[in-house]
Amino acid sequence: MNYLDELESKSIYIIREAYNRFKKIALLWSIGKDSTSLLWVTRKAFFGKIPFPIIHIDTSFKFKEIYEFRTRYAKEWNLNLLISKNEAALGEGMCPQRGKFECCNTLKTEALKNTIQEYDLKALLLAIRRDEHGIRAKERYFSPRTADFKWNYQNQPPELWDLYRSKIVSEQHFRIHPMLHWTELDIWKYIQREKIPIVNLYFAKRGKRYRSIGCHTCCLPVDSRANTVKKIIKELETTTVSERSGRAQDKENAYTMQKLRSLGYM
Amino acid sequence: MKKETVKIVIVGHVDHGKSTLIGRLLLDTNSLPKEKITEINKISKELGKDTQLAYLADQLKEEREQNITIDTTQIFFQTRKRHYVIIDAPGHLQFIKNMITGASLAEAAVLIVDAQEGIQEQTRRHAYIIRMLGVDKVIVVFNKMDLVGYQRDKFTTLEAELLEFLGDLEIKPVHTIPISAKEATNVSKKSQKINWHAGPTLIEGLDSLKLSSKIAKESLRFPIQDIYELDGEKIIVGRVASGEIRQGQKVSVLPNLQYTTIRAIKVFEKQKTCAREGESIGLTLDDPLELKRGNIIVQQKSPPSPIEKFKGNIFWMSKEPLHIHKPILLRCATQEVECIVEQIEKRLNSSTLQILETNAQALRMNEAGIVILKTHQPIVVDKFSSVEELGRFVIERGYNTEGAGVITELIQ
Repeated sequence: MNYLDELESKSIYIIREAYNRFKKIALLWSIGKDSTSLLWVTRKAFFGKIPFPIIHIDTSFKFKEIYEFRTRYAKEWNLNLLISKNEAALGEGMCPQRGKFECCNTLKTEALKNTIQEYDLKALLLAIRRDEHGIRAKERYFSPRTADFKWNYQNQPPELWDLYRSKIVSEQHFRIHPMLHWTELDIWKYIQREKIPIVNLYFAKRGKRYRSIGCHTCCLPVDSRANTVKKIIKELETTTVSERSGRAQDKENAYTMQKLRSLGYM
Repeated sequence: MKKETVKIVIVGHVDHGKSTLIGRLLLDTNSLPKEKITEINKISKELGKDTQLAYLADQLKEEREQNITIDTTQIFFQTRKRHYVIIDAPGHLQFIKNMITGASLAEAAVLIVDAQEGIQEQTRRHAYIIRMLGVDKVIVVFNKMDLVGYQRDKFTTLEAELLEFLGDLEIKPVHTIPISAKEATNVSKKSQKINWHAGPTLIEGLDSLKLSSKIAKESLRFPIQDIYELDGEKIIVGRVASGEIRQGQKVSVLPNLQYTTIRAIKVFEKQKTCAREGESIGLTLDDPLELKRGNIIVQQKSPPSPIEKFKGNIFWMSKEPLHIHKPILLRCATQEVECIVEQIEKRLNSSTLQILETNAQALRMNEAGIVILKTHQPIVVDKFSSVEELGRFVIERGYNTEGAGVITELIQ
């Protein structure tokens, strides 16, 4: 096995382990490169027929390219897609101008909370990676969340080898992170090898491209000429700009991510 | 085949400089985004400190304010030769379960010792734990050499003392290297201050580690993870734990000893004729057997015998002691069985390795033990030294993983 095969095989093992333990499970698809790769690996784990729903948390501020991609591939890959929206907060006019922390927390975390309750989900598959952010580097593959969604990062359970914790108190849920051990570069090499379709916002146009995508209100492109997967890989091998440099929620304060995540943010 | 990425855990006593060393490795290998350096400078200043390299690993607010590492983290960097994943493990006894979590994923370890403070409690305990977890490639670094004036005598004395202890654990370090992470001495660059040391820098030492690429073992072990019904067909999924599996191969399924032949090896949109150690695959079989998760597919020639008793080394992580003859849950690969500890042959202080008691009644938090476990049903296990995946286990009680261990002897 080569390195990408090893990464993929471990992820498939984790996904299958999660489904074996929790039938009430769903995959969170932000339609970015990481969760699209996770979706790809998950399709492989279940031989093309994913036996659980795929959730898109829709803040309504996503790029139009994201919505187009969602429509096309939900159909092509025959996904059971659930769209999770905090309609009440949107009705009351929640938007980034009210404060980025509040906006992320309300339109993403709260929306997710409602969906988890509605479908009584016990586990969520998420595509976070350790190299993305220092706080995410502290995560476990199987990470419990309390009923009120809190992440007790000061007292995480031990996790040895691939013997993941499987039991939770009924009101809790697990965040499961099958891509935790991948790096940004690994993801792009995998996209290249597997020819995974990807939202075109990642490819440079007029000297700019997005390295990380989310809401159009809070994402800025970086300077780049990389307009193909191959060129992106080349760029990443030498860059000193961090992946999330265009993401507003990381910037407000050094600990915004920690605070958001402890409240249940992805 | 050369490994492209190597996972290294950095272990050692609290405050001996694990997180600072990681910061230094990142800085010296140009693995840091510009804004990260600016951020660290800014936060250090806000907390009224000099630039703290350790903050690159210690990302939690609480970690920075208290100057400690609470949880394990992983950081990526590369040298000219290869990529590394560096696992930072906390040094406080209180956070030992986080250290074990990090160390269980490592292929090699850097054991760091403060040259001024010398060998301390967690230096020894961490050495014991990495040994138990099977991490046998170890580099020792004596850090903070600047604080002892880069004296050669100091280094030689400490080295002798540590090598003796490691010898008891049968750990033979690949290198012992004097460094100063703070002053960037001997991490990536040699320095005049330490010209008496002929050995490699830490980076050279890491790059020189030879990690045995996985040799295909004779014994096939395929623990069944799950069984899917797809289009009326039963697909048995799992990951090859050892050996290789081939289309058309005659196999046995344990523990109930059923015989069958592998009809097909399936991965999405493809069929394979052969799968090796580490591959996650699906199987279809020639015979409609009654199978379930936890069954193990093995080769027919000299298959292992399912057993109910074995000896192992365990480390206990829970505040609630492990008592003999009380029911616990054992997990080994995908097998889960009720069991009891029949005997605690030896209860050990996991730092000094001193035998605290023989034939003990209970094992307490952070103690190690040599125990005999008895399962309620027969299971398939191996010695850790022959098949890692079937030779290691965790113990659960209630909702938690409370102990971990490796199998040293099978008792028929």
